[in-house]
Amino acid sequence: MAEQIVKAEGVHKSFGRLEVLKGISMEVSQGEVFVLIGPSGSGKSTLLRCINHLEKINAGRIWVDGDLVGYRQVGDKLHELRDSEAVAARAKIGMVFQHFNLFPHMTATENIVLAQRIVLNRSTDEARRRARELLERVGLADKIDEYPARLSGGQQQRVAIARALAMDPKVMLFDEVTSALDPELVKDVLDVMRELAKEGMTMLVVTHEMGFAREVANQVIFMDQGVIVEQGPPERVISDPKEERTKRFLGLVLEH
Amino acid sequence: MALIAASLIRSAIDNPNFHWDVVGDYLFDQRILDGVVKTIQLTVLGMVIGIILGIVLAVMRLSPNWLIRGASWFYIWIFRGTPLLVQILLWNFISALYPSIDLGIPFGPSFIHLNANDFITPFLAGMLALSLNEGAYMAEIVRAGIISVEEGQTEASKALGMTRFQTMRHIVLPQAMRVIIPPTGNETISMLKNTVLVSVIAVAELLYSAQLIYAQNFQQIPLLIVVCIWYLAMTTVLSIGQYFLERHYGRGRMRDEPMTLFEQIRSGWGARHADPDQLIQRHGDQSGGGGMA
Repeated sequence: MAEQIVKAEGVHKSFGRLEVLKGISMEVSQGEVFVLIGPSGSGKSTLLRCINHLEKINAGRIWVDGDLVGYRQVGDKLHELRDSEAVAARAKIGMVFQHFNLFPHMTATENIVLAQRIVLNRSTDEARRRARELLERVGLADKIDEYPARLSGGQQQRVAIARALAMDPKVMLFDEVTSALDPELVKDVLDVMRELAKEGMTMLVVTHEMGFAREVANQVIFMDQGVIVEQGPPERVISDPKEERTKRFLGLVLEH
Repeated sequence: MALIAASLIRSAIDNPNFHWDVVGDYLFDQRILDGVVKTIQLTVLGMVIGIILGIVLAVMRLSPNWLIRGASWFYIWIFRGTPLLVQILLWNFISALYPSIDLGIPFGPSFIHLNANDFITPFLAGMLALSLNEGAYMAEIVRAGIISVEEGQTEASKALGMTRFQTMRHIVLPQAMRVIIPPTGNETISMLKNTVLVSVIAVAELLYSAQLIYAQNFQQIPLLIVVCIWYLAMTTVLSIGQYFLERHYGRGRMRDEPMTLFEQIRSGWGARHADPDQLIQRHGDQSGGGGMA
């Protein structure tokens, strides 16, 4: 059996009195692509952010690559990690955001070089070489010295993917990465993700692109109101859902 | 309006009480030049220390730790809430408060012993007062800059494994600069003019140097005009510097690099003479850059 990369156990998360995740458990093995679908507000994005410790969980546990996320277990007690410790763990997890979040004051290459240098302590030469390699891979060889403002949304998102990949992550989290894009730009980004999946990257993808889910996912998770309603291979969950809530959601999404 | 302005200028030139010849005599007088240098020193040191202090205080103010936040709030409350002139006088008389300054371990051995009277010269007292006061104002400016940077920027850098300090230094502060620089330009100009306040503790900056001269020759008006001319010259230089700084930190924000002042003047002239086809061509190039989020 392949190595386990992400494991969640009874994860709860509340924002004030609003409980967003109500006991989520899942296991993702190396090389698997999990696609999370569900209505907005169902907790999909929050789950991704918890895996990356961008949000603190209120109960439960998450492991990435065998390490507890954000905490250290001493006996029965969990101790929250200090900033510098939590940070080291995060570098193993790549994340791509809906709104790209490229650094606007840096060129495409500089965006990719910075964290390699100051987090992984790579030499500038090595980091630049890697940046160029990755930009070529996402089809942006001619944009290496452009500032984000001069790139289209799809191009910016591909730079963001390259930036995350430069850290050699064990797992990539994609948070609605095509939702802010014009329809004609979506394909280029999905192509890059398809390519990644094919190369064996472990991925957790929150998306509304059912075609992508059907084609690329090993597992589809349907979430609603903070719980996993249904989980299984895409041909089961998307084409032949068992649960009423899944059917209703897919009916709405696939209609148009 | 033009008429009023013209008659004012005419009266200034005609009125012999202005003594323009005396103004000319003293404009480059050595004592005045020394005063100018002192004024520049005070401004530069005051601003540099003030800005560093301001950044530290602003970051402290945004700390999750309430004690650190409180310390910063307290500092700003004290230094922004009391008049600068009083602060200058207090620093000047600090030796009455602390006759000697010992640097070392509290209640332990001291490494450096300083006699406050010798150590705190009027220049140092003035500089301390100006910079510590400036720190409080800069803190608020820097804080406004920091919170103007989108949260997504911090999240992206966290997700890449950067520490809070690295995020601040490489991502947040450089972007905050765009918001920080214009008011900092104003602060620098204010600082330049506020340095005259240290004349009350006999620091020979520009105004005090002029006062020393007119105490002897009673040519108050021409010497004060000399002072004004120098201040105008210095503030003009500062404004030009500010323009270039803003341009530098605006990079990456605009589709096209902003033009220099010279290029703007040239292209303004050129646009009127360009043929329409060329203008359309240029416009087409710009909109071909694709959509921004």
